[in-house]
Amino acid sequence: MKTPFSMLVTVAWRNLWRNHRRSLIMLAAIAIGLWGMIWMTALMRGMVDQMIDDAISTLSGHIQIHAPGYLDDPSVEHTIAAVADNPELDKLLHSPEVTAWSQRIRVPAVIRSERDVYGITLVGIDPQRERGLSFIADSVVSGHYLESVNDQHVLLGRKLVEQLETKLGRRIVILSQDPDNNIAERGFRIGGIYDTDLQATETTYVFAGIETVRRMLKMGSGVSEISLLGQDYRNVDGLAAEVRAVAGTAETSTWLQLDPYLASMLDVMDGFIIVWFCIIFLALSFGLINTLLMAVFERTREIGLIQALGMPPGNILLMVLVESSIMLLIGLLAGNLLSWLTLLPIRDGIDISAVAQGLEWAGMSSILLPAVKTSDVLLANGIVLVLGVLASLFPAWRASRKVPVEAITRIWQ
Amino acid sequence: MNSTAVSCRKVNKIFAQGELAVHALTSIDLDIASGGFVCLSGPSGSGKTTLLNMIGGLDRPTDGEITVAGQRIDRMSMSDLAELRLQHIGFVFQAYNLIPVLSARENVEFVMQLQGVPSSERRDRAMAILAEVGLQGMEDRRPGELSGGQQQRVAVARAIVSKPALILADEPTANLDSVTAEKLMQLMRDLNSQIGTTFVISTHDKLMMSYAKRLLKLHDGRIIDDIIQDDRQE
Repeated sequence: MKTPFSMLVTVAWRNLWRNHRRSLIMLAAIAIGLWGMIWMTALMRGMVDQMIDDAISTLSGHIQIHAPGYLDDPSVEHTIAAVADNPELDKLLHSPEVTAWSQRIRVPAVIRSERDVYGITLVGIDPQRERGLSFIADSVVSGHYLESVNDQHVLLGRKLVEQLETKLGRRIVILSQDPDNNIAERGFRIGGIYDTDLQATETTYVFAGIETVRRMLKMGSGVSEISLLGQDYRNVDGLAAEVRAVAGTAETSTWLQLDPYLASMLDVMDGFIIVWFCIIFLALSFGLINTLLMAVFERTREIGLIQALGMPPGNILLMVLVESSIMLLIGLLAGNLLSWLTLLPIRDGIDISAVAQGLEWAGMSSILLPAVKTSDVLLANGIVLVLGVLASLFPAWRASRKVPVEAITRIWQ
Repeated sequence: MNSTAVSCRKVNKIFAQGELAVHALTSIDLDIASGGFVCLSGPSGSGKTTLLNMIGGLDRPTDGEITVAGQRIDRMSMSDLAELRLQHIGFVFQAYNLIPVLSARENVEFVMQLQGVPSSERRDRAMAILAEVGLQGMEDRRPGELSGGQQQRVAVARAIVSKPALILADEPTANLDSVTAEKLMQLMRDLNSQIGTTFVISTHDKLMMSYAKRLLKLHDGRIIDDIIQDDRQE
């Protein structure tokens, strides 16, 4: 005879609350365990997301197009046709799949002030197109942003300005090579100073209007790179294939290809989350198994009675599993609620400026934004529930095997 | 001639206590007719409880054959034994008789629920049987809120509510006062005579023994006396 499930649930539910204190401690352990999984994962995901966002906004975009050989030798000789000269690419860049795009001239150069000389990357940009694509438009902290492609000023990073011992409004000289391998040199006035979380960015990139740079380098109509943003950085392969199809002989690279370190970080992160979840669950499972074993041990006589009345061993096992499932479900509910309540106040980020400088090598900024992903929350809940039920199998099996001999003996003698 | 409710053939039960082998039952041969009202008596350790365990399928004999309700139970699987107990046997234990998280009515309904009796019918039968054992108005009390005698009556109600062919009771009156015990004995005897339920009762209680139609005396795991007290059935 199949035992009605409603009866198993009723008995399991009431058994759960026979020892309030023990059940509440176990529920708290499950809830805090899940909270630890979700909270820490949100922070770690946020950290990686931010590194990727920073990398993407530091000029890479989701996809870049370059002349073959440019990535190995980013010189003025390796150029590609401007967007205006490639109608198919122009059409694709204006489609809804592309949220922002820009073209740049980007060459190695040397900057010289009255005091010092440094190697830099000179980036000629279209100031309007860079808005929403890269960091530069929103990072100018003194002076002004470039006004047009012909702007005669340059933007320098705050750290570079310090190193050059110069300041806003002063003149600097930038030297590079033109396509004929002759020195191209030009003086600029510092029109703006930008500030980022990464000092390496501030000391590397100097921005000027793209047409101004073109004239300085005596270039034709070509550009060094075209950078674009799609809808989602995790899903760029489809768009990259479309770009590749219209880019001709130019090389199309995704951000994952441009920055393999970050790409591997994503894979490592996914693996780490699984390991992290399992470690927390392992700690949790000891408590769960112990609680259920205690509950089963205390109810040996009662379990014997139930089986004497005709409940088959399989249903005794099911009854204990139902009890653990109820406990797990309540614990998970509390854990999700706790996670939500504790993540809500920090949804705008946590200031980690005290340690940000030390972590800068990893591309981290001083504000850490937690990133809660539905898949992570579901995975955490799923792991606790599935492994929790599996962990309960042992106490449940013990319960089903105790009766009738041992348990009934306790009743009758 | 009545059919046989319980049959034991050369049943032995040996418990291992360390290196010692304790013969709890030795070569038990026994037939109990349907509708019997049998008391097992004897001193502690005589094998009463062990014999009840064997008949109820709660333990297995070391060797020998046991037949209950026409089925050999000594080699049955645990699941089949559970099914046999559910359909054919009612139990009344000396103590720890009820499921503490269920009310009196729910305890009585428990077996019917396992049997798949519909909810409304279950409830009606449970209420009626509780009234019959004098527990009207106490249906929603949990075992902890009932006296020992009341708990025992709930257990009897649960054992008889689905009208099993056989009821096994171990010292059912041991924890009861004399008035309650006599009422309980009368109830069981009435069920026996009205419905024909077979009772096998282990007891030390002389009054209980006086109610029996047949008295089996055990000593050191053997039946040493088999007394027919009321030959209307036996």
